[in-house]
Amino acid sequence: MSKKPLSFQLDLSKFKKATEEEKTQTVQMRESTTFWKDGFNRLKKNKVAMLCLTIIVIIIIIAIFVPIFWPYSYDQMLGVKQGVGVDGSYNNLAPFQFGATELQLKAQGKFVMPHIFGTDAQGRDYFIRVIYGTRISLFVGIFASIIVLIIGLIYGSISGYFGGKVDLIMMRIVDIIYSLPDMLIIILLSVVFKQVLTPFIKGTFLAKLGVGMISIYIVFALLYWVSMARLVRGEILTLKQNEYVLAARSIGAKPSYIIRKHLLPNSMSVIIISTMLQVPSAIFTESFLSFLGLGVNIPMPSLGSLASDALNGINSYSYRLVIPAVMIWLIVLSFNLFGDGIRDAFDPKLRK
Amino acid sequence: MNKKMLNYILKRFLLALFTIWIVITITFFIMHAVPGGPFLSEKAASPETTAALQAKYGLDKPILEQYFNYLSGVIKFDFGPSLKYKGITVTELIVTGFKTSAFIGGIAALIAILIGVFLGSIAAVNHKTKLDQAIMFFSTAFVALPSFITASILLLVFCVKLQWFPANGLTTKGLILPIISLSLSPMSYITRLTRSSTLDVMGQDYIRTAKAKGVNYWVIIFKHSLRNALTPVITYIGPMLASVLTGSLVVEKIFTVAGIGKYFVSSIVNRDYMMIMGTTIFLTTIVIIMLFLTDIMYKIVNPRVDLE
Repeated sequence: MSKKPLSFQLDLSKFKKATEEEKTQTVQMRESTTFWKDGFNRLKKNKVAMLCLTIIVIIIIIAIFVPIFWPYSYDQMLGVKQGVGVDGSYNNLAPFQFGATELQLKAQGKFVMPHIFGTDAQGRDYFIRVIYGTRISLFVGIFASIIVLIIGLIYGSISGYFGGKVDLIMMRIVDIIYSLPDMLIIILLSVVFKQVLTPFIKGTFLAKLGVGMISIYIVFALLYWVSMARLVRGEILTLKQNEYVLAARSIGAKPSYIIRKHLLPNSMSVIIISTMLQVPSAIFTESFLSFLGLGVNIPMPSLGSLASDALNGINSYSYRLVIPAVMIWLIVLSFNLFGDGIRDAFDPKLRK
Repeated sequence: MNKKMLNYILKRFLLALFTIWIVITITFFIMHAVPGGPFLSEKAASPETTAALQAKYGLDKPILEQYFNYLSGVIKFDFGPSLKYKGITVTELIVTGFKTSAFIGGIAALIAILIGVFLGSIAAVNHKTKLDQAIMFFSTAFVALPSFITASILLLVFCVKLQWFPANGLTTKGLILPIISLSLSPMSYITRLTRSSTLDVMGQDYIRTAKAKGVNYWVIIFKHSLRNALTPVITYIGPMLASVLTGSLVVEKIFTVAGIGKYFVSSIVNRDYMMIMGTTIFLTTIVIIMLFLTDIMYKIVNPRVDLE
């Protein structure tokens, strides 16, 4: 085939076929990634968040499992034995010290579980009390957040979806609750609930939990959902402008279906982040109330009440204050930082 | 100040008034839902004594009449008599206690704002240096610290172990530690807030323009950047005062400061219902007023915010 000098016609003989290896180089094969996978990958790279997650998991595991096999219980006064008088040698033991009868057992060569943090003024093992207090605090934090989540989700999505007058009235109520100083109202309600509820729950398992605890939950259910409701409403307001919502509505889907299937799943990341950050705030509130003596029932410990009790013996037994204080701080800090980490990983608005 | 603004202020003011009324009403009816009424604590009292006490405090009247009496009392800043401290009115206790509390809280808030803004802007200006990291480390650590924990630890270290400060807040020197424990957490929060908003503003076009014009470095920081970076801090002032006031309830108890917290905590223990009601309403009103002022101020300094 002749070739004209200025023609752009390609000379095929100058080309050769690509080998298999060369072919694979040009193909861009990347694992397909979903929203969640993407977020988790980002989260895994965040060292601080992973450290906090580790701390949280360790604390939760200890709080759940240690009380099961630990030989002492949180309300067992070690110096008090049936039929025998009170053995004072068990009260106010320093860490790793033993009571009189325990020393005898040790002398016989038997193993006695040491009191890692000593005992308190009533001869109760302080280590297990701290662990149990942690368990109570975590329990309050997580369940209160779930209550807040459920109420806020329902309220916010109804208000956001229907809009108009419904939204206006519902949001005015939120505004009012929002501007109440929560701590004062909580104190007020706890004081009253303590009186009102006590006769109702006598004898049930709720009585063991204590009126203070129940009133904390009621108060959370009454007051703390407002910021969650605002958040959900805002999300729904923007999401409902989307075409797929219009499409769903045009084929006759019910509002509850659209909210459940379309709107809530799409606002999930924001909701999860906010719930994570709710946990430390609930723990904080619980310890504050327990510190005031409005939280858990005696003898059940919580980190706040342990710290408050320790203030009485601050001169000689200062470690009893430091231990629960560090514990509260560690839990609140870890949850906060982990929540921040989740937000950085999942919040679409922060994407770079 | 245009008409829209006035309209907004009026609307916001009415909402604040309405909220205060709601609080008074809820507080009143909740307190009267307690079985046995406010005299539950005096179990030993005979029926005649209780009846006499109830007649004295007007508790034998129908509940609505009591409510309106209480409401008109509150408007005149009269919260009735204290049930624990005989012969003293709740108003007197609140006024005595609040002088100290307002002093501590005010200074704590002021310190938190000044130092917080200062540290925050320093951290932002020295972004990604050792100084920035150090400031962020401490503010992250302290922001999660509840004030009652800070107070207990400070009491332990400086009053009990080192004995630098007296363990009671009766003298001015004894007020230093309560102020520090109240200001530490909001200070850290303001530091973080200022840092992130300053970083945000520093990336704006007008800052680049100012730099290009050759404006002095410090003028850029203080006049161009800080002014705009402070708007989030202003929105935080209201909630901060609320948390400082409630936090002060416990901190005062820990350091035995004769503030409103001391009376409030003891009124919880003693079930002094008139005192609990009075203090709650009083503090709530203050917090609501603060939030109202914060909102208005935010709108004034940040005209970009939509008033609707």
